Order: sequence, then structure tokens, then C-alpha cells
Amino acid sequence: MSRTLRLARVLLSVQYAYMLEYRAEIALWALSGLLPLIMLALWSGAAAAADLSLSPAELTRYFLAAFVVRQFTVVWVIHIFEEDALQGRLSPYLLQPLHPFWRYLASHIAEQATRVPFVLAIVLAVWLLGAGASGWPPPSTWLLGLLVTHLAFLLRFLLQSVITMACFWSERAAALDRLLLIPYLFLSGLVAPLEAFPPGLRRLAAATPFPSMVDFPARLLSGGEVDLLGGLATMAAWIALLLPLYLLLWRAGLRRYAAMGA
Amino acid sequence: MGRYLRTLREFWSSSLAIELEYPANALIELLSVLGNLAGSVVVLALFYCRGHGLGGWSWDEALVVLGIYTLLDGFTSTLLQPNLGAIVNHVRTGSLDFVLLKPIDSQVWLSARCFSPWGLPGVLAGLALIVLAAGRAGATPSLLTLLGTILLLLCSALILYSLWFVLAATSIWFVKVWNATEVLRSTLVAGRFPVSAYPPALRTLFTLVLPVAFLTTVPAEAILGRATIPWVLASLGMAMASLGLSRGLWRHALRYYTSASS
Repeated sequence: MSRTLRLARVLLSVQYAYMLEYRAEIALWALSGLLPLIMLALWSGAAAAADLSLSPAELTRYFLAAFVVRQFTVVWVIHIFEEDALQGRLSPYLLQPLHPFWRYLASHIAEQATRVPFVLAIVLAVWLLGAGASGWPPPSTWLLGLLVTHLAFLLRFLLQSVITMACFWSERAAALDRLLLIPYLFLSGLVAPLEAFPPGLRRLAAATPFPSMVDFPARLLSGGEVDLLGGLATMAAWIALLLPLYLLLWRAGLRRYAAMGA
Repeated sequence: MGRYLRTLREFWSSSLAIELEYPANALIELLSVLGNLAGSVVVLALFYCRGHGLGGWSWDEALVVLGIYTLLDGFTSTLLQPNLGAIVNHVRTGSLDFVLLKPIDSQVWLSARCFSPWGLPGVLAGLALIVLAAGRAGATPSLLTLLGTILLLLCSALILYSLWFVLAATSIWFVKVWNATEVLRSTLVAGRFPVSAYPPALRTLFTLVLPVAFLTTVPAEAILGRATIPWVLASLGMAMASLGLSRGLWRHALRYYTSASS
């Protein structure tokens, strides 16, 4: 137990120091996730917004929350893993008595920690620009929301890790991420609240893990009405499905690993 | 001039040969273009459901804007991303030295060395959507209108190129600006919708600071026969000014280039 704690502390602090080196870049990354705010600008002026069950203030809160969720669920493991596998950096990691999964997970969490000030600054700016009038839910609500956001990150990380295993079979597997991004973009609730969807499309979205990654945490975070237990159960079910799949593919892929490069 | 054309042919045929080593990418790119297009059309449809409008544009007219966005996105994947995305690496590893020594203009070499055929599905899909939607919107363009539209599309491409190049050229000073182009790409997503759909403050921003309006809305108005002389002139002026800026900045930046490593 104490070994695990020490390991986690060292991994996280090393990765945090490493990420701080790149803070200017991370500020730019934070800016590149502005899509929910662009969509907020569109929806707040669109006549179609009148048909939604959300009031303008709720809509503002929803997209602001979706922006925060998006910022803390950014996953890039497939790109770094592809590079590590192609350049042979994976080989020394494999010799260490620690599954590389944890190393990548720690670097993502450390990167999120460096993001906090930029995200706060952007949220504050939007707030001062007029969203402030829409109010903010009580602390208990958004603390729970942040916790669920973290769960959403884990789910997304796991899903991309499963796709990442294709790196063992192909040299350009990172291109698959572009395909994964499409349903994430359009079905997760990032570009429109799910109730704006026609019923058929909404059922289709609900059958995928994507609404759990943005819609559910953003709704919690913005203090909307949610089925908390149902949402959590859906997330748990997806994680329970993806985790064994990941382990299975990892073992199959490792047998094919040719240790290219150095 | 003839020398440049001959070199260009050699450049593009060699990079085509490299890219064709990965035929599976063609399928991924095709799926990604179709998926993105389908998703964008669905999101646009959400704004138009139950007879609502968006920024005073009809459904078919808005589809023309989306078609131009798809066309420009394909252009980005074909030429801008593979070439200008590589400048950062040339600066970081010092291989820019070899580019500067070649008996050809360095900006031309850096901007046209690679050609990725994977953006072509986007270009074709964009063109098809423009023709289809403009026809349904009742546009019967005369020869003059058509020539004007092509001219404005060229202006869009030049503005887009200059924006990318200016950002990539700043890597001479900042070295790691790979993300800056990513920010640009994600902000230009705003061009999927007619600029009049945004609130007034953003509309000004998207016209003067980040010329999204000139990229998609102005050419779309031209093909629909609604172009006005001031906007055409502004677009031409913007294209010339940004091209001049990219040229001037590059010549200025080279004075600060100090090579790297070894």
C-alpha cells in the first residue's frame, strides 16, 4: 500500500514538473477547446433555442460546464504511445515493474493540473462578459460534477487506450483517433444539448458511451436535472466492458511488439 | 517560373509516392470526411428544425457555407497541414539550414514541398455540396458571377494560407508553436456557419481579427449572387495584405534564425 502511494506521488510530481515546462503550449491547448463556447454563441442567438426545454440562463450554464468538462477530459494517449512504440521508447518502460498504463495516466492527470489556471481564467472571462447573470449552482452540486468529470476522463482514457492497442499492428494507428473523434464531437453533447436532437438520434447517442463523457457531467456541473444513479451505472458498465478488452488486447499486442528503433 | 513548376512536379510526385505507401489511410480519411460532413449537416439541421432560421440564411444557403468550409478544410489537409506543420520541426532540429541553402525561395519550398492526397476527398465533397446546395437555393450564376466566386475562393485560400504561415513562422522565435496552428484550426470551425448567425461582437471579431467571414461567408454570398462590390474589394485587400504580411514576416524572421543543435 505504502509502495503504491509513494509510486503515485513520485509519478505525478515528476510528470507535473515535466508538464510545467510546457505551460505556454498548454495555454494554447486550452484555447483550442473553445468549441462549446462558439456553439454557445450560436445557440444563444438561434431561434431554434426557443424550442428547447432549457432557459437561456440554463443553456449558458450548460455550455460553460461542457467547456470545463472538455478541458479536463482531453486525452492524447494514442499519439504519444504511437511515438513511443515507433521510436523504441516503450522498451525500457516494459522492463520496469510498472504497467506503462499508469505512466500515461499520470501524465494526463498532471497535464490537467497545469491547465487549471487557464481554464479558470477563461471561465472568469466568459463570466464577466455576461454569463454571470445566469447564476451558479451550490458547491455540493459542482463538487459532485467535478468528481463525475474525472470519471468521464477515465472512461475516455480507457476507450482511447483500447484503440491505441492498434499501434501494435500498424505504424499509423494514431489516424484512428480522427475517426473516434467524430462520434465524440457530434454525439456527446459538445455541439448541442442532447434534447435538441430528434428522438431517433437521441436514442442512438444514448447507446454509445459518448454522452457519458460530456452531457452527463456537464449537466451535473451546471446544476440541471439528471438521473444520477442511472448515469453512474452507465459509466460503470462501459468501464467494466472496456477494461477487460484493454487487458486482452494489451497481452495480444505485446506478443507482436518488435521493439523498433533504439 | 518554368523551373519552379518543374520542381513542384517533382516535389508532389515524390510525396505522393510516399503517401501511397499507406493505402489504409485513404479509407480512414474518406470515412473521416464523410463522418464530419454528416455530423455538420445534422448539427446545422438542428438549427433549422420546425421552420426556424439561422442568421437570416435559408437552409440551402447555409449548406453552401458548409460546402465552402469543407472545401477549405480539404485544402488545409492537402497542403497547409503537411507543409506548414513541418516548419516547427525544421526549426527545432535545425534542418531549416538545408532548406535555406537550396537554390529556390525558402518560403516556396516550405509551403509546397509536400502534397497529401488525403485531403482531396474533402475538396471533392465540398465542391459537390456547393454545386448541389447552390442549385437548390435557386442560384443561376452568370459567367461573371462564377469567375468572381472562383476569385473569392482563391482569396479565401490565400488568407487561410497566410494565417497558417504567419503562425508557423513565429516558431523561429518561439520554437514550439505546433499548437498555435491547432488553435487556428479549431477556431476556424466557426466558419461552418454564416457569420451573421453570431452575436454582433463576435461578428466584428470574425471579420476584422480572425477573418472567418472572408473565408466562407463572402464566397458563399458571391455564388448566391448577393456579393457587393465593397465586400469583394475588402476580400481582395485582405488577401493581398495577409500575403504581404506573411512574406514580410518571413524575411524579417529569417534574420533571427540562429540554427539549432549539432
